[in-house]
Amino acid sequence: MAGPARGKVAVDVEECKGCGLCVESCPPKCLELSPELSHYGVHPARYTGHDCTGCGICFYCCPEPGAITVFRLAAPPKAAPVPVPAGGEHAPAL
Amino acid sequence: MAEQDVILEEPKTDKYEVVHSKSHLFYPEYERKSDLKHQTHYCPGCGHGVAHKLIAEALQELKLQDQTILVSPVGCSVFAYYYFDVGNVQVAHGRAPAAATGLKRACPDKIVIAYQGDGDLAAIGTAEIVHAANRGEKISVFFVNNAIYGMTGGQMAPTTLVGQRSTTSPWGRRPVNEGFPLHMAEMLSSLEAPVYIERVALSDNKNIMKARRAVRKALELQRDGAGFTFVEILSPCPTIWGKDPIEARKWVGEKMIPSFPLNVFRDKKIEIPNNNVPPHKTVEEIVEGERKVAREGMVHGRSHHFQHLGIKIAGFGGQGVLLLGQLLAEMGMREGLEVSWLPSYGPEMRSGSAHCHVCLSKDRIGSPVLSRPDVLIAMNEISLRKFASQIAPGGTIIYGRERLPDDLSIPNAQVVCIPASEIADKLGSAKVANVVMMGALLEETECLSSETAMKVLEAKVKNLALLELDRKALDAGRVYIDHTVAIGAVTQADGFAQ
Ligand SMILES: Cc1ncc(C[n+]2csc(CCOP(=O)(O)OP(=O)(O)O)c2C)c(N)n1
Ligand code: SF4
Ligand code: SF4
Ligand code: SF4
Repeated sequence: MAGPARGKVAVDVEECKGCGLCVESCPPKCLELSPELSHYGVHPARYTGHDCTGCGICFYCCPEPGAITVFRLAAPPKAAPVPVPAGGEHAPAL
Repeated sequence: MAEQDVILEEPKTDKYEVVHSKSHLFYPEYERKSDLKHQTHYCPGCGHGVAHKLIAEALQELKLQDQTILVSPVGCSVFAYYYFDVGNVQVAHGRAPAAATGLKRACPDKIVIAYQGDGDLAAIGTAEIVHAANRGEKISVFFVNNAIYGMTGGQMAPTTLVGQRSTTSPWGRRPVNEGFPLHMAEMLSSLEAPVYIERVALSDNKNIMKARRAVRKALELQRDGAGFTFVEILSPCPTIWGKDPIEARKWVGEKMIPSFPLNVFRDKKIEIPNNNVPPHKTVEEIVEGERKVAREGMVHGRSHHFQHLGIKIAGFGGQGVLLLGQLLAEMGMREGLEVSWLPSYGPEMRSGSAHCHVCLSKDRIGSPVLSRPDVLIAMNEISLRKFASQIAPGGTIIYGRERLPDDLSIPNAQVVCIPASEIADKLGSAKVANVVMMGALLEETECLSSETAMKVLEAKVKNLALLELDRKALDAGRVYIDHTVAIGAVTQADGFAQ
């Protein structure tokens, strides 16, 4: 894939319980369970770093309120880039 | 945030913006356990978490956070209040729709949500949900159906599938023994009032997004003042099902959906006619109104010759037995006494026998039941025979016939006979026989004053002709006793006049 991925994902290892639902659900399969254990003793999910489309599916499949944050590449700035509000706004998924 | 550790190859030149993140509806940290401030108490892969997220997101997007009251159940989701930063009430098992009814009626401008599991809603709380739905309460119910009792360790729920094992159906649910799974969405959609009923499933990406729309729609409808909205969410419980989270989610799709088909069962706004509205009064107005009545009705300065007086009134239903008791209790109240009135009547409203107990007391009343009444008002012979033996030694019996039956001797009590029905009939209506008896009671025992009696009657009887009849009946009862006592005709237990 040429250029940067359209999306990216951050996983909060404090919240992730390593259930694997996001890994299973991600259409381009760009999530995986980390081989290392978190301090809760689970293998937390992590982004492989490739191919995320920012679709948000992993966010909705994850049972934890804040384990996953999904980012999308901002449209190339026409005027000023839209600032990200604290806590995030939810774009419609799918 | 720790996410920075796990993002590889962050393209420095490109700008990313957050599109999905933890909702503001959730507290930033959970106070549940000091060492687990970032984690919910749910098992990995539990559907409750997804359901919570969908509700939180919808409330945030609809900007309803500050107006929302969440009623959480008993079940695994009992701790919902640790997560949702909204108004929270946690209620007894199965009672969420009843509590939500009260909340919504008291605060109609609030968004009231009942969040319930299948044990909560479809077992112990079946009555509450059916009647809340049937009344069309303007609440939203999110029903998380995981086909099992999660919190208590996996007992069979009403929604457990045929053949599904649980600790209480170890060989699988057998319809011949345990019945079939209860289909709550279908059941409720047989009612007229609900405006929106849908069943969704957290079985895969597509269905989760459908669930998201359903949750949002229910809340939108409530915001817009529509009626009862209900979303059943088929939800995985990996722990109790003994499956890993991914298998459990698949099981929802493969096993639960065939038994609980996904559908929009109801989607129409129904106007429930509301043309019989009682006058609206504030609590203050009502209390002040009562106080005013009490102030005006109080009869001051009367001293009573008893500390405690128990009166039993018995007769046929329809003879005004219960009403006479109520009148006496109200009179006692107006004379500053503690009172109680305890009716007892058979299943027949008009033709069986009826009796009631009235206590008048200067002290607080321990029990409203009289095993040894001081006074028995017996309107007919059957009641006299039945209850005469209960009378306290030295008590008084007022008998509503001219004389005692020949074969009856009543030791230890003073008996006064008065043909109340005949007297009432002569006055114009046998129905006021009870007031004649009241006159006799007041004259004979002087327990309460006849002025108070008239005050109470004036307050109760709006028809002036009837009130006049009551006044005459009261007087007639008093005069009859006055007269008979004067001529020495009060019957003693031994049959001799006093
Ligand atoms: C009056 C009462 N009866 C029984 C219980 C025990 N009890 C607690 S949770 C529960 C059932 C929970 O099942 P469900 O509603 O399906 O919720 P889940 O835990 O599966 O989310 C029961 C029977 C109780 N707490 N209170
Ligand atoms: S946003 Fe979509 S593509 Fe990106 S990790 Fe999540 S599921 Fe995969
Ligand atoms: S779905 Fe959520 S909790 Fe489960 S592994 Fe992915 S990030 Fe962790
Ligand atoms: S027992 Fe089941 S319903 Fe309860 S938290 Fe665990 S997975 Fe969820």
